[in-house]
Amino acid sequence: MSVADFVTRRRGRRWHWTDIAAYSYLALGVVLMFGPVLWLVLSSFKTQAALLEFPPSLLPMTQEEVMVPGQGDKPLPLFKVTMDDGSVRTLAQVRRVGIQAQMVDPKDPGTVIRVPIERREPVRKFQLALENYTKPLQQFAFTRYLANSVFVTVVATLITLISNSMAAYALSIYEFRGRNAAMLAVIGTLMIPITIILVPVYMVVASLGMVNSLWAVILPGAATPTGVFLLRQYMLTLPRDLIEAARMDKASEWQIYWRIVMPLSLPALAVLAIFSIMWRWNEFLWPLAVLTKTESYTLQIGLNAFQGELQVQWHYLLAMTVVTLAPVALVFVFLQRFITTGIANTGMK
Amino acid sequence: MSGKAASGGIGDRFGGVLSAPYTLIMKVLDIPMRAVQNAIGERRMPYVFLLPNFLLFGLFVFLPLILNVGYSLTGGSKLYLSERPFVGLGQYATLLDCTNHLQPSTCREDHFWRGVYNTITFVVLQVVFMVLFSLLTAVVLNMKIRGRGFFRAVYFFPVLLSPVVVALIWKWILQREGLLNGAITTLGGEKILFFVEPGWAMFWAVFVSIWAHMGFYTLILLAGLQAIPADIYEAAEMDGTKKWRAFHRLTLPLLMPNLIVVIVLSLIKGVQTFDEVFVLTGGGPGTATLLVVQYIYETAFSNQVQNFGLAGAASVMLGVVLFALTLLQLFFARKGEKPT
Repeated sequence: MSVADFVTRRRGRRWHWTDIAAYSYLALGVVLMFGPVLWLVLSSFKTQAALLEFPPSLLPMTQEEVMVPGQGDKPLPLFKVTMDDGSVRTLAQVRRVGIQAQMVDPKDPGTVIRVPIERREPVRKFQLALENYTKPLQQFAFTRYLANSVFVTVVATLITLISNSMAAYALSIYEFRGRNAAMLAVIGTLMIPITIILVPVYMVVASLGMVNSLWAVILPGAATPTGVFLLRQYMLTLPRDLIEAARMDKASEWQIYWRIVMPLSLPALAVLAIFSIMWRWNEFLWPLAVLTKTESYTLQIGLNAFQGELQVQWHYLLAMTVVTLAPVALVFVFLQRFITTGIANTGMK
Repeated sequence: MSGKAASGGIGDRFGGVLSAPYTLIMKVLDIPMRAVQNAIGERRMPYVFLLPNFLLFGLFVFLPLILNVGYSLTGGSKLYLSERPFVGLGQYATLLDCTNHLQPSTCREDHFWRGVYNTITFVVLQVVFMVLFSLLTAVVLNMKIRGRGFFRAVYFFPVLLSPVVVALIWKWILQREGLLNGAITTLGGEKILFFVEPGWAMFWAVFVSIWAHMGFYTLILLAGLQAIPADIYEAAEMDGTKKWRAFHRLTLPLLMPNLIVVIVLSLIKGVQTFDEVFVLTGGGPGTATLLVVQYIYETAFSNQVQNFGLAGAASVMLGVVLFALTLLQLFFARKGEKPT
């Protein structure tokens, strides 16, 4: 066996050109899918000045600064300067005039040295601009948006779980007149997205006096047809004799629902809860239409408002985008399997 | 769904923290529910269980569906339907009023028609490339590769990101002094103003929505591929069938039901696209990436004069298109179920 053969052998099978093509495609995929998110996270740690650099540097780097006595009370940026004799000195820049920079040695602040600007090279160090994260959390309405989003997500998910499981329970455990019609209505609702009933839902919400309240975001989407469908399919598989036995023991229908059927449906409820959290956290068009006051904005609407401003404050915007993304990323890392099997089972997202 | 739960007390099924309030609330609710059951009898209880969900359905889906038609037949700028004057099919006439339907600039509601044509362009491009790339990715992920779970996750995770986050990530990369232009100038090229040139704006709108949703469709196709029994490939290999021929003659026909699901679903979702494109380009430059849903949103909510009637008429028309697409899906689903 030659060396080349040995190197290209792979678990008893030789490398085919399709294997190489496949791994190259996947590698490209990793760069293209992960790269942008990584870039966002890296950029979010850059200072405002570093964000303005072009072409941008990969890591969050900032120019080193130093306080020089007798040169004002602001720190001065540090440069490495190649002198006329070829030696390199570290100097602080006092001001720049055209193509000339006036610089001083921090150790000898008295003498000003004039240097052509192309001779200097900024001294840079790695630094995370954590204030991008802390400042918006303190000053801006951002904490409010965060709280609003959490409230909407939690309350809407609870309502969804209760109302959907009750409906699914009725549609799976009982035989009753109108059951097929009710099932048809659920499936029909599946096909009516908010995009085509935006105006009349707004009117309903307005007549209930809920415009600009978070309930306007929570209630219209709370009774998800997807959830009823998913839970019903699961409850249909539950053993009937368990329910009959409970009836014999004089359990009320409500007790059968919450003591027997709900605990047994926990895997399906978990899938629905995850879906609902994602839907609510990410929802955009409807909140955009119904929330017009900044104090009722959710994160998504808040982010959109920030990016639409005349002077976009990218250093804050990027950090806030990372904060918005973080819970989703956590959910994904821990519950990936749940989500993918859930999608595979329902064909919905 | 993973294994069925074994029976067990509620305490060890729900987390300890959640179980106490859950039990308390449900026990309190048992008092009125038992009274209701005694009053109407056990056989009518399912209606009670259906009530909350159908109340919400009725208020926020069925009623609006009817009201929407009402809006499309009335004019004025009042929100409440009772205060709006009846105009018959006037709103539809306004929307459809064009000297030449192929040229949006000759239409009375030129933005609507630009939205229609942009949406058609967007959807056609998006569906074609979505199917192409998700099929390619699914086929690659279905090969005997190491770290398949990891790679699958890589392609899937953007599906979970919010449209606003997706749009902001790409906006940051594509802006004038962004990463991509940095790479282009480093390689000696000229900066491209991606959001100023209409062609580029549409390209990135399509690209970003494929980036965000490809994982979902890949998952559907991957499930289909994994359902194809391996022995038919072995048989084909023994007959000396070439790989490409096996893909063409075996894989594609067997994957057809899943492919149709992907095509129709991406069509339905594509027609409704709003979020990513709205945040990414704002519909611009000019109206180059203005889509129909954005037209509806702006006509009803963000324009100076809120024209609910016109938005209503446009959304009824959008609804009809979506309904037709759904019928198409049902038709193909039926066809797929029949053994051939």
